[in-house]
Amino acid sequence: MKKKLIPQWYSASEWRTLSIIKGFLLSTLFITTFGCAVDDTQTVTNFTQLTMQDEFDTDGAPNSNIWGYDIGNGPNEDGWGNQELQYYTDRPENVTINNGVMIITAREESFQGSEYTSARLLTKDKFSQTYGRFEARIRVPYGQGMWPAFWMLGVQDSPSEIWPFIGEIDIMEMRGQDPTKLIGSVHGPGYSGGEAISKEYVFQNDRLDTGFHIYGIEWGPDYVNHYVDDVLYNQITPEDLPEGAEWVFDNDFYILINVAVGGTFVGSPNTETVFPQTMLVDYVRVYEYNGLN
Amino acid sequence: MKNTKRKYLKFTLLLGLIFAVSVSCEREVSDEVDFARFTNSPDVYIDGFSGGLEYLPFGGSKLDAFSVDGEVKYKGTNSMRFDVPNFGDPGGSFAGAIFPDYGGRDLSGYDALTFWAKATKAATINEIGFGQDFGENKYLVTKNNLRISTTWTKYVIPIPDPSKLTAENGMFWYAEGPENGDGYTFWIDELKYEKLGTVAQPRPAIFGGEDLEAEAFIGIEGLIPREGLTQTFNLASGINETVIAAPSYFTFSSSNVDVVRVSELGVLSPVGLGSTEITATLGGVKAEGSALLQVSGGFEFAPVPTRNAADVISIFSDAYTNVPVDNYNGFFGGQTTIGGAIEIIEGVENIIVYENLNFVATSFTNPTVDASGMTFLHVDIRTEETIDSGDSIILELIDFGPDSAFGGGDDTGGGITFTSGDLESGTWISLDIPLENFTNNTGGGLGGFANGAKANVAQVVFASGGISTIFVDNIYFYSE
Repeated sequence: MKKKLIPQWYSASEWRTLSIIKGFLLSTLFITTFGCAVDDTQTVTNFTQLTMQDEFDTDGAPNSNIWGYDIGNGPNEDGWGNQELQYYTDRPENVTINNGVMIITAREESFQGSEYTSARLLTKDKFSQTYGRFEARIRVPYGQGMWPAFWMLGVQDSPSEIWPFIGEIDIMEMRGQDPTKLIGSVHGPGYSGGEAISKEYVFQNDRLDTGFHIYGIEWGPDYVNHYVDDVLYNQITPEDLPEGAEWVFDNDFYILINVAVGGTFVGSPNTETVFPQTMLVDYVRVYEYNGLN
Repeated sequence: MKNTKRKYLKFTLLLGLIFAVSVSCEREVSDEVDFARFTNSPDVYIDGFSGGLEYLPFGGSKLDAFSVDGEVKYKGTNSMRFDVPNFGDPGGSFAGAIFPDYGGRDLSGYDALTFWAKATKAATINEIGFGQDFGENKYLVTKNNLRISTTWTKYVIPIPDPSKLTAENGMFWYAEGPENGDGYTFWIDELKYEKLGTVAQPRPAIFGGEDLEAEAFIGIEGLIPREGLTQTFNLASGINETVIAAPSYFTFSSSNVDVVRVSELGVLSPVGLGSTEITATLGGVKAEGSALLQVSGGFEFAPVPTRNAADVISIFSDAYTNVPVDNYNGFFGGQTTIGGAIEIIEGVENIIVYENLNFVATSFTNPTVDASGMTFLHVDIRTEETIDSGDSIILELIDFGPDSAFGGGDDTGGGITFTSGDLESGTWISLDIPLENFTNNTGGGLGGFANGAKANVAQVVFASGGISTIFVDNIYFYSE
């Protein structure tokens, strides 16, 4: 059972073909199952041993044993390197837990010299892990200039190690003006920013902002598998990197969840953008790599 | 149009029959229930008319504006071609039609009407949508000012609340006039209903999304303005698409039904004293916008004229037979004034309401009025606004002269100004003005009316200094 086997037709752009083949594959699967035991079948997730979970079941501020905050508009006051327009706070107006979901709210308000406020939570220095399955159940905001993300950064080996050398895994990000497109990526030295190894997955007859979806990765030595709900839509391996580029995903990574407003990736909100916008997070769960896959 | 109306009536009759049959066969097997169900066929026009579809152009439109084009098409063998006429086309001044299926369709499983379109030039289609059937138009949806380009593009017109459309007749309609006087051609193809699954984030609105405050009067019904009833969806393209939705998509409510009742068609009926808030939902989503209505009593109408009809030439009065009037608001260039004649009590009381008044004319040119035997103009005017010292209202009369047409060098005009001392707020002011008192030059620069022939009077003009809203009633000439 090779979990790295991502058939070529698992391409988002050929979804129509995929459904047909999937149906075919399913019937094959049944036959195979009858025939003998486990075989070469598509499995979305393999790791089931929980190492961390936050179900956001306690109203109020997020659990400080798990979550810290990035505050402000970046250490260089440049919108976190992306010309993002929001000022991040830890105020309940921007992040709170209510009725079993964490709510990150992006607001249009003048605050500390910025025109918008929002929140970015991170598990840096509180929780990090090498390999495993990282998933969250999220309903994203929508509208021009909204940039929600569920992602990870590598723990620095030393204070001098900086992005992109630390590595970045984007489990879920999307542009509010493209409500049907999910983007999953990895960034490292020689393949960061606009050159990241990335894949878009387009929802068919559905969109990201109208309901909860499960966004996750399964990550092991030499691979990162991106999935959404019950669809594994991409696998990234060292072979996908530019020639000579280094695979920087064999050490501890921590989790970030945020809603950015504006910036180079999405452009600014406009008069059509509805504020406030909310991202709802039902849970974040992390499972350990079982070494078998 | 008459034909189709009759057809619609026939249809309702048929429905009645079906119901009657259903009732009488109540104990029959459930197969009979299926009989009353409507087809959910999504196609309107793919490569030809879908089953049941008809083409019914609007009266006054270019009747042959629509044709089937086998040359230009997005897909398949042909497309719908629409030829918008040039200004002055004897065949019709605009292109417009409805495409109904009077068999009725169940569209509740879809979330949008979609089509591909292109045009010979970038243009803006005035109105396009569905739900128009030359009948009740109960679930009318209108997309105003749809921009189209010279390349095939897919357009999505969302359904405000699909659950309402279980027996819809109006599959598609459009109306488009010349652009800057010029006609052009546009094509539509692959016209159908779809369940896109990406029509999301509904944001309905009433009163244009504004929170209004207004006064209402017992016994005088009002209508929630149609153009302010909208539904907005965010589409897969990221665009917020807004359409005008008929009142029946909304569920209106009044916070105090002992003050104002509101019907499902958006008719507001003041029934008692007090205040109430009018709000609405659409598909379970609260609509943005509201109206806080104050009812402090009944509406006071202008005094009923008592002059003998034989001595009167009436322009606007419920007490007399009026001469033919072209319009109560010509919407001239430079004019900010909106409003015109409104029916306050059906068939009994009409008044003119002008809002945002700078100047406005009531015109009666077909034919003009021979007031040469008349000596006075009577007008009742009312404003609810506080009268400030500099405020004024100006009345003007325009005579088109022997040619009975505007211009031609024979026009005369005259005006008279009523300053703050002549005016009073919150009551009807009855003005009886000798025609020889219209001595000032008009705002348009005309003079000579007071001593002129007055044989071809064509316009009464109201102009304001500092007063925004006036009510006008009982405009008539009389002799004494």
